[in-house]
Amino acid sequence: MKRLATLLLSCAALALPAAAQEIATTPSQPLQLPADTFFGAAAGVATNSRGDVFVYTRNGDPTITLGGSRAFAHGGSSLYEFAPDGKFLRQIGKENYGFLAAQAVRVDAHDNIWVVDAYSNMVIKMDPQGRIAMLLGRKPEAVNVPAAPDHGRAPPGAPPASGMPSDLFEGPADVAFDGAGNIFVADGLHNARVAKFNAQGVFMKSWGGRGAGEGQFASPRSIAVDATGNVYVADRGNNRIQVFDNNGVFKKAITGAGDPMALCISPGAHQYIYASNSNPVDDLDHGGEIFKLELDGTVVGRFGRAGKLPGEFGTVNAIDCRNPAALYVAEMGNWRVQKIALH
Amino acid sequence: MKSIWISATAMVLLAGTGPAFSQSAASAAATAPELDYRPVPGMFQAPPGDTLGEMQGVATNSKGHVFAFFRGPRTRLWEFDQNGKFVKEIGKGYYGFQFAHSVRVDAHDNIWTVDEGTNVVTKFDPTGTKVLMVIGHRPDAAEGPVATPHGPLPPDGKYTLCRPTDVAFDGEDNIFISDGYCNNRVVKYDKNGRFLAEVGSEKKGSGVNQFNLPHGIQVDRQGNVYVADRTNNRYVVLDNNLKWKTAYTNVGTAWSACISQGPHQYLFVSNSNPNGNGPGTWDRTGQIYKMELDGTVIGKFGHAGKLAPGFQVVHMMDCRDPDRIIVGEIESWRMQEFVNQGGAAGNNRGSK
Repeated sequence: MKRLATLLLSCAALALPAAAQEIATTPSQPLQLPADTFFGAAAGVATNSRGDVFVYTRNGDPTITLGGSRAFAHGGSSLYEFAPDGKFLRQIGKENYGFLAAQAVRVDAHDNIWVVDAYSNMVIKMDPQGRIAMLLGRKPEAVNVPAAPDHGRAPPGAPPASGMPSDLFEGPADVAFDGAGNIFVADGLHNARVAKFNAQGVFMKSWGGRGAGEGQFASPRSIAVDATGNVYVADRGNNRIQVFDNNGVFKKAITGAGDPMALCISPGAHQYIYASNSNPVDDLDHGGEIFKLELDGTVVGRFGRAGKLPGEFGTVNAIDCRNPAALYVAEMGNWRVQKIALH
Repeated sequence: MKSIWISATAMVLLAGTGPAFSQSAASAAATAPELDYRPVPGMFQAPPGDTLGEMQGVATNSKGHVFAFFRGPRTRLWEFDQNGKFVKEIGKGYYGFQFAHSVRVDAHDNIWTVDEGTNVVTKFDPTGTKVLMVIGHRPDAAEGPVATPHGPLPPDGKYTLCRPTDVAFDGEDNIFISDGYCNNRVVKYDKNGRFLAEVGSEKKGSGVNQFNLPHGIQVDRQGNVYVADRTNNRYVVLDNNLKWKTAYTNVGTAWSACISQGPHQYLFVSNSNPNGNGPGTWDRTGQIYKMELDGTVIGKFGHAGKLAPGFQVVHMMDCRDPDRIIVGEIESWRMQEFVNQGGAAGNNRGSK
């Protein structure tokens, strides 16, 4: 029996790269929804300074109207706020014009709530009370039926999918902020760029374009900024995290954390990166784990795998790591948000 | 001993395809005795001011409560008590409800829904308030409106479904899904939703290991899997690892299958009349057959008709108790209960 246990242990050790130490976790699902309310695809999760938890989820049916001269879409996603103990507090932005296909929610240093919507192409800033404070992008007036394939846009002569020099997005994926309040948008579902705006929402610059070279992206799906202003982009499809300085100058690529789809950088004196090697929705047999890394790219450890059980993950789309010992993880595949205590 | 077992198996396999069971639907209809299942009129009523819709799914739990999964202005799941009294709506506005197809209750009273709009199978806890598991992936709205696909289908995936139709469970809580209107296969997952096996593919066919619209699925106590292979007009029997065993071709249009509980399990199947009430169709279709698991037809009850207790496109049956059959119909927007009044072969209560 003891020999069997030893054998199993050595097998487990062989299966993992030496650097990727398994981190022990305790999963839970503390968020309590009111009756007749359910999470759908859990796209975004974030906490504010009080520990309130925000979840932006695709949990309804975007509706396209018939019997009009414009076929426009509305509805489909909801933003909820929970107390730190998981008790439901409120729904924010019910009937919001821009809430169609939830993609991300983030909270900035002043507890403003930012929502990124993949189908309205909007980045919506709300104050801590949930009132609209600033809008980036504009929801398309009408939709084409059937939809034309969207491969991103670029000015003539510019790299493919490098985006227009503006805040018109093509499938925005995530938003992040630096210490000066500058705004960085991963415009990454159809475009393949990062766009930078100042705190007043003035377009400053963008960089990227479709490709696998330095400063190019396959699909920039998640973005985070460290305390010194460096910008980290999950380059989904290229199996790397790209690191840029505050003005978009390429610094390095971090590999060894799978094909990252969700990123979070923790606050505090010693910052860590959490990056999810999210499994595709049609594959539960590979990947799915979350890596913890130093900012220099050294892998500290990993936890979880693709699956449906507690502590397993189904296509993680967002990680909140304000408290680096207790993450919130939003899953597109399992339609849930887990709290993962790390030991 | 081993050789005896092999020959017994061979006999069963032969019997499944032998002359005794290859009678045509018409001859089964002509020769099967009429069973005395009688309707309980007005059993299920919508709450005042509300209305049922196309009744795709019906199921009961161990307390006898009845679940109805139907297409209204949105897809809805209602719970009735054992006397037909409305209890509550479950999953109001739930993201996995769009176009109802089936509801089933497992051995632990968890409620499972199969939705062919969202391509998602959902496991609810017995109260219907918590989602315990989702299988499949709802197409992303962010892709925009998608035209109805024509032509070759993309290859089937292990963890994505394409208009799934039904779900069933074996004694180890493995999950079997008939999938469906665009895929043409049966998939087996373990109780934690991990892929184990499949038979069929996205391609339709009428041969062995092929399906053409697998529309309903059930598992017997031995773990054998029964598939209503609708467009092929046959019920396919697979072993627990989805290995092909036999097919029953003598009971008509193969819309829906139900296997009862209790010591002697029966297979109920519906030779549902087609949509539209075409000339002559009511004479050939509409009845429910009661069969032994080996394919022997015991008898039949019911007939096509617009008015209760007629059947207007039976979509699903619940037969937890083989003497209490609950029938959901598409075109009449209703759910009916039939009770075996005994007599002749139809009486199971006497033989229990």
